[in-house]
Amino acid sequence: MEWAIETQDLRRTFRNRPVRRLLRRAVGGPVQDHVALDSVDLTVQPGELFGILGPNGAGKTTIIKILSTLLLPTSGRAIVDGLDVAREPESLRRRINMVSGGEHSGFGILTVRETIWMFAQFYGVPTKVAHARADAMMERLGLTEAADTKTSKLSTGMRQKMNIIRGFVSDPKILYLDEPTLGLDVGVAREVRAFISEWMHEHPERTVLLTTHYMAEADSMCDRVAIIDKGRVLACDTPASLKRELAPDCVYQIEVPLWTDGGNPLDELAVVRSAAMEHRGDQGRTHIRVILEDEAGIGAVTSRLAQRGARVLSVNRLEPSLEDAFLNLVGHGLSSGNGENH
Amino acid sequence: MKQNLMTNLRAIWGRAYVRIVGANREPSWLFFEVLLPLLAVFGFAMIYRGLGAPEQYIGFVVVSGAMIAFWQNILWSMAAQFYWEKEMGNLELYLIAPISRMSILLGMAIGGIFMTAIRAIGILVAGTFVFGVAYQVTNWPALILVFFLTMSAIYGLGMLASSLFMLFGREAWHTANLFQEPVYFLTGFYFPVRSLGSLTAMAASAIPLTLGLDAIRQLIFSGNAVNPLFTVRTEVLLLIVATVILNWAALKALRYMEYLGKSTGRLTLKGQ
Repeated sequence: MEWAIETQDLRRTFRNRPVRRLLRRAVGGPVQDHVALDSVDLTVQPGELFGILGPNGAGKTTIIKILSTLLLPTSGRAIVDGLDVAREPESLRRRINMVSGGEHSGFGILTVRETIWMFAQFYGVPTKVAHARADAMMERLGLTEAADTKTSKLSTGMRQKMNIIRGFVSDPKILYLDEPTLGLDVGVAREVRAFISEWMHEHPERTVLLTTHYMAEADSMCDRVAIIDKGRVLACDTPASLKRELAPDCVYQIEVPLWTDGGNPLDELAVVRSAAMEHRGDQGRTHIRVILEDEAGIGAVTSRLAQRGARVLSVNRLEPSLEDAFLNLVGHGLSSGNGENH
Repeated sequence: MKQNLMTNLRAIWGRAYVRIVGANREPSWLFFEVLLPLLAVFGFAMIYRGLGAPEQYIGFVVVSGAMIAFWQNILWSMAAQFYWEKEMGNLELYLIAPISRMSILLGMAIGGIFMTAIRAIGILVAGTFVFGVAYQVTNWPALILVFFLTMSAIYGLGMLASSLFMLFGREAWHTANLFQEPVYFLTGFYFPVRSLGSLTAMAASAIPLTLGLDAIRQLIFSGNAVNPLFTVRTEVLLLIVATVILNWAALKALRYMEYLGKSTGRLTLKGQ
């Protein structure tokens, strides 16, 4: 089978700058290279919406940069649509495109329609075709009224919608979406996700590689997900399988009054496999998501909370989620933004 | 082959469009791009008139004022442009597109020449009208040839510089500043470069703008004040050589910088 994307033992390291190396050596600090990707083996099928899920700094963007020919691997191979990214970048570029979250590309002086048209020119898309595609996509993303607005006047959400159209307007065979909903509000993020899913449905032969650190995004959109941390792929399967295989059954959400004492009151409790706290200052509450070794442990948890002066307001048993699978696998949560835009 | 050519032509037009159409959208550009530079031209012209310098010197200043516009465009909108576009996120989109990077630079250059030509014509017309400069064009085809060769050479220099700025210009504006004033002086923007002495003038002719300005002065002014460095024919030949070398070097530098950037990751890391 020919994969849409295949990486074989892909590794990427970044050398410290000479001055930095000298300084670190002088103070006796570590001078070794930073390993961004470590023996990454991935395969993505044609027509798949494949997700790469990981915290900030896990190596998600490095993978995209290598696959989009922006960065050379230190060792290993990456093959996209049958072409080696390091050896045949020119042939590959006609088949791919990329959109990143928080992108500020383009020129503030051009309008939305002109910006999309300009980037379409870089892919040789005839003007009429570019305008027709842009108009159709602007209509679907609710951007038609802003078509003749200068991009310097756009809100973050509108700008990202334009960026999304910019990526799709060349009708790429393989599209890389690097955290496409980063920093967007709930409504715009939903519109963007719906647009991507519809496009995939209408173009079943196209492939999308999406990186995200939003669990719900990966869970709801992706056919398969690879969980990566510190440059290594820890698991790769469908979201359902990951949840089934990696998420433990005993997940509880415990609500207590806002916990301001610092630290985690459930630290070093034997029955607790992991406990993630989320403080909601506006509600005066703290939510603790607890994964237990078994059901019987919930008594020990509530006792510990009582000992530490945290009055339990509610206890709910939860269905395992991709986040639980991630927590269980990685041993820690994502460093920021656990689905705040969902 | 044909598809590649068409894609690159579209890319050139797409990138040039920003400058041709976009830049003329802000009415304030007339003030900043035409009126403010005119003040410097007027200042020099009045000094020369006050000193009783030959009348051709006023013409030199007006013509140079127009040519300065192109040099500034090269420094600020060509050489430093890739660096700024890296910060904006455009550069990585250019790099993943199926086009030659030279097409982007060519688009910038064509758009820049068009946009700057309007400014240059504004300065030329206003300066000529205010100071009553008299031109004696002896050979129109040669003048047009020299102008386009000068543009080809200096924009080739701009393309070469853009590769270097892209990778090494942590703060591109400092580097651009570094090249601005010394070049004004060495190219003899406001005086015949030969006044610097033959040896210095010949060394300064390594900058193609020096040759271009000298040749243009010879072709539109007469009299001893012109004080040429070389004959127009020699300067045309040197400009051709400079055009070929600089554009070839720009292509090579761009490929090398891209490879280096891909190896180290510096092309896509902001603030580098």
